[in-house]
Amino acid sequence: METRKTEILVGVFVAATIVALVFLALRVASNTDITRGSTYTLSATFDNIGGLKVRSPVKIGGVTVGRVSRIYLEGEYYVPVVEVQISTDYDALPETSTVSVLTSGLLGEQYLGVEPGFIDDGIMMLEDGDSFMNTNSAMVLEELIGQFLFSQREN
Amino acid sequence: MDKLAKLGRSSLDIFSGMGAALIMLLQSIIGKPQPAKSFPLFLRQMYVVGVQSMLIIIISGMFIGMVLGLQGYTILVDFGAEQALGPMVALSLLRELGPVVTALLFAGRAGSALTAEIGLMRATEQLSSLEMMAVDPLRRVVAPRFWAGFVSMPMLALMFTAVGIIGGYWVGVQWLGVDDGAFWSVMQASVDWRADVMNGVIKSLVFAFVVTWIALYKGYTAEPTSAGISAATTSTVVTGSLAVLGLDFVLTAIMFS
Repeated sequence: METRKTEILVGVFVAATIVALVFLALRVASNTDITRGSTYTLSATFDNIGGLKVRSPVKIGGVTVGRVSRIYLEGEYYVPVVEVQISTDYDALPETSTVSVLTSGLLGEQYLGVEPGFIDDGIMMLEDGDSFMNTNSAMVLEELIGQFLFSQREN
Repeated sequence: MDKLAKLGRSSLDIFSGMGAALIMLLQSIIGKPQPAKSFPLFLRQMYVVGVQSMLIIIISGMFIGMVLGLQGYTILVDFGAEQALGPMVALSLLRELGPVVTALLFAGRAGSALTAEIGLMRATEQLSSLEMMAVDPLRRVVAPRFWAGFVSMPMLALMFTAVGIIGGYWVGVQWLGVDDGAFWSVMQASVDWRADVMNGVIKSLVFAFVVTWIALYKGYTAEPTSAGISAATTSTVVTGSLAVLGLDFVLTAIMFS
């Protein structure tokens, strides 16, 4: 009888652990990350990427469609290149699309905003390994203030 | 010269102690597995080490989660960022408080009991009697306790974390009025399964290994007197807690930097 009681209580112990693990998995952690499924890779060249980091989100109209997978400098002029992985659910981006480094809120994290371009005859869709043609670099606060002061002086 | 000799002697003592502890562990856990014989012993120890620690772990987790909710709210509300209460409570519990506080409580609740039990077995020559009967006390007494501690502490840490998050939810949402949907959705957006939950589990596996090992070694080598057992029990709690806190810093530096 003693063993039976022990067995039941250890069973309760294991069951409580499983409940805790399921709670953490379903309620607390995000397992719906967009890049868990199949993705394709695009790249974009910027003058300045600001505070963008690996795993920063890529958004279209505020909806996360992918993540930054790699950031590196390329060529003899050290141009920053950002590689992004985008879910294959959104695989019809035209090559006229624009990508910009944006900030969520005034002090929030930085992300890549993609603005899908127009579609016309002779406009190709971006495929795995292609790169965005139109890019807008990050706004750097110091440069903005500098430009503002400069334009004030001209007036 | 005397000072130098003293330094050398104490270092040698430390290293030979570590070596003896490693040999004890290897001798007790390496060998031909005998599931039919060892599983009932393991189950019995799971009950003593795991199930009996459940109540203190769940109650402490509840209160720590509630305090986190209360303290976090009073700070975050000044910045109008009370929606960040969810991730604050969840991340601090998953990454740090869950594994660390569970390990400290476990060292006090279960580790000290293991040391005292084995120490008394040695003092009353039960271990020698086992050897006389050709039963290896390492395999019979130490191994099931080691596995039970190693397995049950991560389980307790998961319970601690889950209950703590519910405690934080209860205080933050039900009592202080943080928005229910925002609490969970902002939490889900910033908690990652692999980086946060799994790293917490890895941490608590390491702590479980170290705390159980220290408790068993201190008990096994305790001086067979009442003063010796009391010193060994104290030393289990002190050494175990310090090892947990030190290792926590190292693991955090490796995992989250």
